[in-house]
Amino acid sequence: MNVILYLLPIALGLGLLGLAGFLWSLKKGQYDDLEGAALRVLDDDDLPEGERPRRSDDGGA
Amino acid sequence: MSVSPALAAGTPKADRIDYSAFVTPGGDGACRLDLAIDGVTCAACIREIEDGVAGAPGLRAARLNYTTRRLTLQLDADGDPAEAVERLERLGYRAWPFTPSREEALESAQTKDLLTRLGVAAFATMNIMLLSVSVWSGNASDIDPVTRDLFHWISALIAIPAVAYSGQPFFKAAIRSIRAGALGMDVPISLGVLLAVGVSLWETAHSATHAYFDSAVMLLAFLLAGRVLDQAMRKRTRAVAGNLVALRGDTARRIDADGGVTEIPVLAVKAGERIAVRPGDRIAVDGVVEDGTSEIDASLVTGETAHEPVAPGARVHSGTLNVTGALVVRATAAAESSLVAEVNKLLDAALLAKSRYVQIADRAARLYSPVVHATALLTALGWLAFGADPHFAILTAVAVLIITCPCALGLAVPAVQVVVSGALFKAGVLLGAGDGVERIAACDTVVLDKTGTLTTPEARIANRADAPDDLVALAARLAQSSSHPLAKALMLALAREGRDTSPLAGAREEPGRGVLATLDGVEARLGSADFCGAADEAARALAADPDATAIAVALGDRRAVLTLRQTLKDDAAETVDRLERLGLRILVVSGDREGPVSRAAAAVGATEWHAGAKPGDKTALIERLTAEGRRVLMVGDGLNDAPALAAAHASLSPISASHLAQTCADALVIGDRLGPVADAVVLTRRALAVMRQNLWLATLYNLVAVPIAVAGWVTPLVAALAMSGSSIVVTLNALRAQARVRAQAPAPGPATPPRRVPASRTRLEEAAP
Repeated sequence: MNVILYLLPIALGLGLLGLAGFLWSLKKGQYDDLEGAALRVLDDDDLPEGERPRRSDDGGA
Repeated sequence: MSVSPALAAGTPKADRIDYSAFVTPGGDGACRLDLAIDGVTCAACIREIEDGVAGAPGLRAARLNYTTRRLTLQLDADGDPAEAVERLERLGYRAWPFTPSREEALESAQTKDLLTRLGVAAFATMNIMLLSVSVWSGNASDIDPVTRDLFHWISALIAIPAVAYSGQPFFKAAIRSIRAGALGMDVPISLGVLLAVGVSLWETAHSATHAYFDSAVMLLAFLLAGRVLDQAMRKRTRAVAGNLVALRGDTARRIDADGGVTEIPVLAVKAGERIAVRPGDRIAVDGVVEDGTSEIDASLVTGETAHEPVAPGARVHSGTLNVTGALVVRATAAAESSLVAEVNKLLDAALLAKSRYVQIADRAARLYSPVVHATALLTALGWLAFGADPHFAILTAVAVLIITCPCALGLAVPAVQVVVSGALFKAGVLLGAGDGVERIAACDTVVLDKTGTLTTPEARIANRADAPDDLVALAARLAQSSSHPLAKALMLALAREGRDTSPLAGAREEPGRGVLATLDGVEARLGSADFCGAADEAARALAADPDATAIAVALGDRRAVLTLRQTLKDDAAETVDRLERLGLRILVVSGDREGPVSRAAAAVGATEWHAGAKPGDKTALIERLTAEGRRVLMVGDGLNDAPALAAAHASLSPISASHLAQTCADALVIGDRLGPVADAVVLTRRALAVMRQNLWLATLYNLVAVPIAVAGWVTPLVAALAMSGSSIVVTLNALRAQARVRAQAPAPGPATPPRRVPASRTRLEEAAP
């Protein structure tokens, strides 16, 4: 059972790493615009200018 | 990307604005400017806006926040944002510099704080659960007591700092409410958490088999999730409301040297300039009255509700509301200083006005917390009376406290509010206050104003050729001083002809009747036919054109009647039909004459209408309906509707409404359609139903769980399962509301054929006592 003596700190350390990640993302403002993030992912900004689909329905609103 | 017509109509061609007041310095030589953007409606807008401004001189980066509709510009230290704003305008977006209000900044910080606490609580919950599951399975098989103690001590080591940090919002609120002599929800929560940790420590020290650390932190995590949701909704409402004030509230009507009126941003107003203030408008700057008499509603500034008369020479303050007459004010101070303060006053006043209503969650809490405490106490006493040892009695009482803790109750209402405010926003309704949902849902009667609500703000003059030209010119200038939708429509129609619409000095409005002024010693009037003494002319004009609305103008003995034709909003009939099918009683009320009102009512399919209603009559009608036990939803936009909006159980205003009407309304309808009114009723009703359902689910859960706890059978495992189970059920139920709402919100189903009943005639006079 001695294995838990170092498994437990590892588990806690991983948990703390997750917490640190969350606090970092919070601080960086990743939760400030949840709706925008959902829409930005649809944007084809990784394609070069010429290959992007035309946005034909810009005025549709 | 369209700009709503209401905003476009008044879009000022302003001078260059000095943005320096809004630019805040940032790191490495850059500075930052926040802009509120109007017209962001779709995913493509994000890209269009960011690409559109990119490359403007001095601009380093631009990022649009889609949730709050705000664009943040990073500029060089000496960069001028004017070019970027101009580009936005060319793209069809209106942009306005914006400083977040102090309250908003505070709420932002609070949300981050709550999220951090939630993160810590969730981390603690997960890790303690990891240990607890091992202990539970070990208890069922053959765990070594030394290992169990070790696991319990490690749990304690995680739980104590986590509770001390994450529990603070609840502990502080509990202390506040005990000091105030009240038992809120926070008292049983704090008591439960602290007792659970305390008892668990004692148990751990005595090598017992059970510890409740997991329940304590899990409880905190779930409750913090509820708080975060609640905060998120309020933050969003405040952000959007703040944008509205920035976009709409801050134009002033400057009187130029040539006598014309230019609508300019308040921020461009300089000391010494003359500002025209119409009745129903908010005074934008501190100043001295130069011309005109009126009454000022300073309730937002001083809290004094009585109107204060002002005459030339009187001082007026920004944020106060001009009630009766048109004024010319000479600004004594530039406006920047007062703008932020005004935003806050507006919002706080709106929130304060609604505080009389006790929200459904608070009502539940009031019933709930005494019962919780009494049950826990009785459990302890009961077990002691039956000869159980004090240790077991206390442990059981703590279990009761934990198991009854309103996890689900804390999530039940906020989760639904977040869901419904998002759905309402998509439907084009901007909720002012959280409890607006409950009040709109409770309404069984709709009172619709005709002008500006059923009809579009635009109108055309039908008998243009019949009226003498000088009287038409007079009408144009008088109309400028009125905030009545009909006068506005006339003014816009005449302005389109290229008429001079500079205001007349000393013009004064009598709400619901008309405007009067003195021109070269002769009295000039514009308003209803009675007000101008032109009843005969009006009757003749209307006999020729029965569908039109007459507006009379008089100069001394000379009179003319202009007939305006209004057009109904496209979806007016459909909306009234939908409202009727929702079981609402519909009344159309207007200050207009019988003919147009009855025809408009018939055209939209409303069976009850009241014509010739003065502002007092509208309020009286609402009070009479309230006395009959009806809950009235008032929809109106004019200055004359404001008292009725305030008197009604709930109220909606189009976004084009006068400031006074907007202040009185619970929610604003965005765009130029009536449809969102019906959507709002559908959505809020569903939301209220889900809230009630959630509260019943929470109650049901307690009915099952409490006897088990009182009997002393609650192990930590049972507590954990019960708590997470009920919270998840309640949250899922809230989400279900949105799914159903979405399916319901678009096109009206052909469930029942539209019902058209001939318009019945109910005159107000008959009903008056």
